[in-house]
Amino acid sequence: MQFNSRLRNRLAALALVAIATAAAAALLWVESERAILLLLLAIATAAFAAGRIGILTQLTQQALHYRRTIGTGAFLGILLICFLFREDHFSLFLIGRVMLITLACLGLHLEFGAAGVVNFASAAFFGVGGYSAAVLSAHTRIPHLLLLLSGGCASALIGSLLLLPLLRTRGHYAALITIAFGLLFRTFVEVNDSLGGPQGLKLGGFKILGLQFNEELAAAAPFHASFYVNYVLLASVLVAGAFVLVQRLESSWLGLALDATRLDEVAAASFGFEVARWKILAFTLGNFLIGVAGALSAFMVGFLAPNNFTFPESLTLVSIVLLGGIGNAWGLALAAFLVVLLPEKLQILQEYRYLLYAGLVLLILRFRPAGLIPRPMRRYFGHPA
Amino acid sequence: MNIGLVGQYVINGMMLGMMYALVAVGFSLFFGVLDVIQFSHGDVVTGGAFAGLAVYLGLRGVLHSPALLLVLVLIGAVIAMALLGIAIARGLVLPLRSAPALNTLLLTLMAGTVLRESIRLFFPNGSQPQRFPPLLGDRAIALGSLTLRIDNALLLATGATLIGGMHLFITRTRLGLAIRAVAQDEETACTSGIPFRKVVLLTFAIGSVLAAFAGVMNGLYYNEINFGMGLLLGVIGFSAAVLGGLGNIYGGILGGFLFAGLQTIGAVALPLASAYKDVFAFGVVILLMAWRPTGLIGERTSERV
Repeated sequence: MQFNSRLRNRLAALALVAIATAAAAALLWVESERAILLLLLAIATAAFAAGRIGILTQLTQQALHYRRTIGTGAFLGILLICFLFREDHFSLFLIGRVMLITLACLGLHLEFGAAGVVNFASAAFFGVGGYSAAVLSAHTRIPHLLLLLSGGCASALIGSLLLLPLLRTRGHYAALITIAFGLLFRTFVEVNDSLGGPQGLKLGGFKILGLQFNEELAAAAPFHASFYVNYVLLASVLVAGAFVLVQRLESSWLGLALDATRLDEVAAASFGFEVARWKILAFTLGNFLIGVAGALSAFMVGFLAPNNFTFPESLTLVSIVLLGGIGNAWGLALAAFLVVLLPEKLQILQEYRYLLYAGLVLLILRFRPAGLIPRPMRRYFGHPA
Repeated sequence: MNIGLVGQYVINGMMLGMMYALVAVGFSLFFGVLDVIQFSHGDVVTGGAFAGLAVYLGLRGVLHSPALLLVLVLIGAVIAMALLGIAIARGLVLPLRSAPALNTLLLTLMAGTVLRESIRLFFPNGSQPQRFPPLLGDRAIALGSLTLRIDNALLLATGATLIGGMHLFITRTRLGLAIRAVAQDEETACTSGIPFRKVVLLTFAIGSVLAAFAGVMNGLYYNEINFGMGLLLGVIGFSAAVLGGLGNIYGGILGGFLFAGLQTIGAVALPLASAYKDVFAFGVVILLMAWRPTGLIGERTSERV
């Protein structure tokens, strides 16, 4: 009996992933704006209806306990989408971008959602990773895989410069420091000529062990594939790693300490939690992930410009974390997908996107403060029935 | 360096200081009555400048007297921003009083973005810098090697009058007394029959009016405004308010001038190109926050407005 219900739940989890994959593929596949709107409407209606009947909550609640099943399913789903869209540069580029934004938002989620350290300069840290990769790949012969690491380290290192002011302040003051840093970074790369100034920098393609990422890797395969597949695959591996890291961290005692830090610093400190230590951990690790995402993104796009690292971009990343429900990694991936994809697919939205995100977040904070998919309660013992 | 150039720097610094002080006083007022930071305040400054510009563009065909136009521009900007301030307080800040501080922070940040983006998208050609009309004329008097422009002198005088008027309002009027009472102790103020909501709304209106003045001053001084200018002014205004001790409007004024002084000295003395002046300003903000996280006077011990 026990076994049966587990099997059923696992199947439900897989079904959820399959539905999500199908929806994502459909959204990528459809081209005309009207069709997209209709599709979105259909998905929203279906989600709403399922939510009303109660299937959705039941499904997600039970399915979320089968992380490994869902994770593997999601990975397979991405592979499937890669295969389906193998010759479509633009769709693959979008998927890659969704992946990298998700990676960056996972970092932001560690800072913001787990430890409650505000960071309104995430786009700047993304840029630090990218610029460091660009400069190092242009002037040195360091293997590119290491450049991803060094991008993360550069971002974490520059972030550590902000640690002193951040640890001495809280709330609004801390927010101001990160905002000031974000603006500083953007003005700096804009006026610094050795970093390309307003025109930005160009990068060559990514290489691992002599494999050129900007060429088709699967040349021997019986089908042709866009070179973006390479980036999508690498990005998915990184995202999967970050996902496992974040979820392991959250369910461990470290996550408990981060939770305590976020919920009430004073109470946490009086129970013997060293608040500063946990903030440093979250901020450094978060910035590392953001930096790695920035470095790979620079290689994938092949180009860096100050205009990609503005304050509204940082707010967009924050919006993704909020829309997904602070502290919910799956919701975050969903939000990243929608926030990246919709403006590209609906050209009308492109111009209005910052306004739209800010307005959406405004409404959510005002009327549904826990986010679209609220953070599930921490479970301490055993498996769900 | 000759006297004329030094004088020019001093005037420039004082103009900057006046604008920063006007913005910082707003931050301090809001913090005083509600203990919140209204992060969209910088964009309210932009809103004031653009509202003024809109009035000018609407009326320039009808009226030809620059003085009358200027008055109408100011009235338009002031009324629009007072209403906006009240709307922000009513719709966003007051309903979230019991929510975590982080939510208020995000809410006002997003409100600022909405405002900024609306100006960029819906003002005609709003993504480009807009020319602000020189309504004060461009006459100048030569004092030795220093050329003093009349409009600058007028702007400085207006700013000083505003700040002085603010001081009188806070210390000498019943309304000012009510604001001080709410800032000091909300509950006691309520039991003494002070209408809390009204006082809060009024405070937001006043702070936003000061921001509107700062915006129009900015436009008249630089003869150019753009949709993103409030971001810098907001960040600096907030830092200035913190520097002087949040909740204390004199601290905000002091902080504003101090910050302008630092920036001017930085622009003159630093060997780097002046392109780095904003980088320098933001760096100073971060350093100051690291050095004195709650301001020079200190939030807890400071007397609130």
